[in-house]
Amino acid sequence: MVLRRLSEAAGISGQEQEVRAIIRAELEGSVHRLEGDTIGNLIAVKNPGAPGPRVMLAAHMDEVGLMISGYERSGMLKFRKVGGIDDRVLVSKGVRIGKDRIPGVIGAKAIHLQEPKERETPLRHDQLYIDIGAKSKEEAEKKVQLGEYAVFDTAYSEFGEGLVKGKALDDRIGCAVLISLLKEDFNLPVYGCFTVQEEVGLRGAAVSAYRVNPQLGLAVEGTVCADVPGVDAEAQVTALGRGPALTIADAGTLPNRAMLRELIRLARESNVPYQFRRTTVGATDAGRIHLAREGVPSAGIAVPCRYIHSPVSVASLEDFQNTVKLLTLFLRSVEGGFRP
Amino acid sequence: MKDLVKRLTEAFGPAGSEELVREVIAGEVQGLVDELRTDALGNLIAFRKGNGNGKRVMLAAHMDEIGVIITAIDDQGFIRFSNIGGLNPHALLGKRVVFAGGTTGVISSEPVDEPKDLKLQKMFIDIGAADRSRAESQVGIGDMGVFYGPFQDLGDRVVAKAMDDRIGCAILVQALRELGSCPHQVWAVFTVQEEVGLRGARTSAYGIEPDVGIALDVTRVGDTPKSRTMEVSLGKGAAIKVTDSSLICHPGLRRHLVEMAKAHQIPHQLEVLEMGGTDAASIQVARAGVPAGVISIPSRYIHTPSEMVDMNDVRACVDLLVKTLEGELRF
Repeated sequence: MVLRRLSEAAGISGQEQEVRAIIRAELEGSVHRLEGDTIGNLIAVKNPGAPGPRVMLAAHMDEVGLMISGYERSGMLKFRKVGGIDDRVLVSKGVRIGKDRIPGVIGAKAIHLQEPKERETPLRHDQLYIDIGAKSKEEAEKKVQLGEYAVFDTAYSEFGEGLVKGKALDDRIGCAVLISLLKEDFNLPVYGCFTVQEEVGLRGAAVSAYRVNPQLGLAVEGTVCADVPGVDAEAQVTALGRGPALTIADAGTLPNRAMLRELIRLARESNVPYQFRRTTVGATDAGRIHLAREGVPSAGIAVPCRYIHSPVSVASLEDFQNTVKLLTLFLRSVEGGFRP
Repeated sequence: MKDLVKRLTEAFGPAGSEELVREVIAGEVQGLVDELRTDALGNLIAFRKGNGNGKRVMLAAHMDEIGVIITAIDDQGFIRFSNIGGLNPHALLGKRVVFAGGTTGVISSEPVDEPKDLKLQKMFIDIGAADRSRAESQVGIGDMGVFYGPFQDLGDRVVAKAMDDRIGCAILVQALRELGSCPHQVWAVFTVQEEVGLRGARTSAYGIEPDVGIALDVTRVGDTPKSRTMEVSLGKGAAIKVTDSSLICHPGLRRHLVEMAKAHQIPHQLEVLEMGGTDAASIQVARAGVPAGVISIPSRYIHTPSEMVDMNDVRACVDLLVKTLEGELRF
């Protein structure tokens, strides 16, 4: 499955080339053309000459990760975070650095050596380092260049009943949704935008929306899901297995109400499970798409993923399929035109 | 003009759902302009041709108001919510909100130990429904509500919810009614989604490509007991903005507005606002940049159900806008 390859590919913000190559190979032959732009977005164009509204679908290729920022004399690597990562998830994780996938470990003092007080305070990322087994600064410098990226070393796998676990499901699962969608037949111009630098400020979406100049926009995400012990029902945001989550409002976008109503209508009519994303925090590429040029009615849809922005996230393949299904229904329904 | 203010403030229009406000305004300006259209995000754009070699002038007042959005409904029928625009939790306790369908609810909170612990996450809305199914028959997740705050005429001063920025919309409508011979091409834009990030002004300014932008919006005052320092008072005239946290107004345009006010004996005051932003900030950075300024309406109790303005200030704002548009815009 392409999701495995997408999840295991390394692609922090600004370094999305591995992910882009996978998507390019996957879509070659299924779309009218594949365009790259100067910032690194990949735009898959389908039916550019067809009638109907130009629809832009966006899924971001980049993931949160680390960047090597310096060397200790001992040969340990200092790093900075790229995108939002909770410092507490970093300690004792394996990472892979650069395109050669050099293995490393984010180290910390063992529990035996910690003062009781130290155990109570989570380590900040600037107190941590990556151990690549180098014995000196010189050796480390030879192995890893300054500015190299590091991603969590996580293998993708299926488990439970129809669940998957892997890193970077935010938003490789959205990329996988778009790939499936772009292999369907539609009679309207569809621009599948695989965007860069979402995690550092929705940057790729801003320029790709300007380029595509769409009439409707949809961001396809892997989004927060907190259906776990210790979280009150009203704060769970989304739940695994209950279908794609529709954005009601977030920090970047108020979805176009007519598009939201149409997504709900289609889901009900065809018995596709759906849920609302029951929070207004966070932002997606729609936050830039809807502000492009003279404005673009936009909405957001997402596959719920537990534990996003951590070394491993969990999603449901059924939610994935239902997201593809609902978006297929939506695109077919706007083929004849749509009044937002 | 009070009747217009009453109708505008009582219309339901949280950010992203401005259609009812748009209907009221469209009805008012229909016969006053040469072209009227709604753009992709919902901005209402009223265009009036000029009769000379004037400039392309964009005027902006926002239609949207702050509100709440439903994020969860529990088994007992209580509603959890998030904010649309800036809400102060302390200003919400005991207040009422109205949803699109007319359902009304009271805002309350779980007990908190300290006032500072009062957060929106601890608060809920009670719409009088005894359980989940009865609540869900009236409202759903994603529905937005606005403050219940009917218009009241206190004499010179009037109070209502959503005076921010329906009073700006009213001034724009009134200016279009009174505007005489004007050399400029004027786009009066009633914008959407200002309260969530000056969004409608950004896309409409891109489309219009104006030479000059002027926003009309409320500003806070410093004239209530022991208020934080703010050199703007209710009743002292139109406030000509120098700066706020979103923009530094074009100094030439600002001076021009002051000169126009002086020349026509229009009561005015200068405004330096430490917090807050307005549509002019989005206009200013559209395309290659646009000289932008703001005529502000002094207002008390902003972002509460009881926003108060003085109709004499409102009159001054209309006069200043009309006189400015009727003259040359050289600065």
